[in-house]
Order: sequence, then structure tokens, then C-alpha cells
Amino acid sequence: MMTVAKLCEVANLCTIVCPEPEREIKGAYCGDLLSWVMGRAKSSDVWITIMSNINILAVASLADVACVLLSEGVKPDEELVKTAEQKGINILASDKTSFELAKLIGALI
Amino acid sequence: MSESVTFRFEVDGSDFTSAGQASVLVKKHLRQLGIDPEIIRRVSIAMYEGEINMVIHAGGGEAFVTVSEEDITILLSDKGPGIADIDKAMQEGYSTATDNVRSLGFGAGMGLPNMKRYTDSMDIKSEVGVGTDITMKVNLI
Ligand SMILES: Nc1ncnc2c1ncn2[C@@H]1O[C@H](COP(=O)(O)OP(=O)(O)OP(=O)(O)O)[C@@H](O)[C@H]1O
Ligand SMILES: [Mg+2]
Repeated sequence: MMTVAKLCEVANLCTIVCPEPEREIKGAYCGDLLSWVMGRAKSSDVWITIMSNINILAVASLADVACVLLSEGVKPDEELVKTAEQKGINILASDKTSFELAKLIGALI
Repeated sequence: MSESVTFRFEVDGSDFTSAGQASVLVKKHLRQLGIDPEIIRRVSIAMYEGEINMVIHAGGGEAFVTVSEEDITILLSDKGPGIADIDKAMQEGYSTATDNVRSLGFGAGMGLPNMKRYTDSMDIKSEVGVGTDITMKVNLI
């Protein structure tokens, strides 16, 4: 079983916050428009995005994704990190492009 | 005979950073009631889209979620500008969101279609200059 903690290690991703490290990963979804993510992402997906404003946390929680993966070197601000920690939402980051990350995750699950 | 429970929420129209809070709370309440996770996901996503629409397009409003033995009913009520052409608003990709709101990731024009997709029935009553009432139901049996 692939978990968030394991993905982080194997794919060499940066852990921003990881309150639920043992969450299982079953797939991935790439997207930056929030209603597309709400409509298309599945439960336990890795959500790969360049969006880092505070609204992504409600989307991540309600779409029930395993974690948010900020791609292309996007840096989260302090408030996002603090709130994610409180809400139990995993956030990872990487300098790789969304495509590279999707390819990587696809090969691992 | 069957008992039902209703949750009521005020949706603040001035605060983008807390938008979606009512939906996150609904998710929590439904979990405590022991509702099936897939049903919870559908209800909370549909409600989120409606809640965000009230924040972005209507300056806030009220939300009621009623859980009965047969179904979960979500009522969203606002006194915003109303929707002039409901058929057009229901089309995927149609949006009047401002650039500012779009920069946050909203405005894909997928909110209302998502609400329809994730619920078993949806009814929109809207009058320009008066407001909008949206009722959605998700069946439990
Ligand atoms: N409560 C409301 N009051 C007034 N207008 C509304 C309301 N809800 C939706 N609308 C109108 O319907 C349009 C389509 O709504 P919809 O939720 O599908 O897309 P959006 O909110 O613009 O973008 P998205 O939901 O993808 O972020 C809106 O752009 C707006 O013009
Ligand atoms: Mg919307």
C-alpha cells in the first residue's frame, strides 16, 4: 500500500505538513481550477496543483484527497501551513512540474 | 414517526478566507451521525459549491441541512442579485466571476453543474434583485 509518508520518501518530495502520514494513496489528479477538482478528483487521490491560497484546504478536505502536492516550486505561506496542520491536511511540495510528478506517482502506485 | 435533524449556518459574504467553513462543519456533523462516507462526500461537495457561490456572487446567505431517514436536504438561501438565466448559469464553463476571484481558482463555471451531478435532485428558484433559493436532495434509501 502506498501512503503519503512513503510517497514522500520514495519520490523525494518536500514535506510541508503531514498530520496524516499513513493516509493511503490510490491515484492522482492534476488541476488548479477548484470546481474542476471538486468535480473530478477522487477520494484518496494526490492533488497536484500550483494553487496555494487558503481556499485549497476546504477543497482538499471535502474532496477527501490524501494530500495536496504543490508543484513547480510553489511555496506555501505560513497561514496555509498553520491552518493545514490544524485541519489535518497533508501538504507536500516539489520543484518538479505537474507532469513530471504525475508520471512519478503513476509509476509508484 | 421518523425524526429529522436540521443544522443551520450563516454564510459570511465578506470573508473569502473562511469560505467553505459551513460545508466542512456539515461533513463533521454527518460523520457523527454515522452517514455513509460516499454520501457525506456528495453532500459536502454540493454544499461547498453552493456556499462558495453565495460568498462570491451573492454577498453571503443562509444554509440549512436537514437529515431525515429518507434523505439529506440542503437549502441555500441568499438575498443577492439573483440569476437572470438559470439554464445558462447551469452550463459548464459559464461564469460571471471577477478576475480577482478567478485568481484564487474559482470561476471555472463548474459549481452549479457539480451540485447537480452530486445530488439526486436540485431546484433553483431565483428572482433578479431579490435573491436565490437552491434546494438539493441526496437520497439515503
Ligand atoms: N447564489 C447566486 N447568486 C447569484 N448568481 C449566482 C449564484 N450562484 C451562481 N450564480 C451565477 O451562476 C454562474 C455559474 O455558477 P457556477 O457555480 O457554475 O460557476 P462559478 O461560481 O462562476 O465558478 P466555479 O463554481 O466553477 O468556481 C455564476 O458565475 C453566477 O453568475
Ligand atoms: Mg460556483
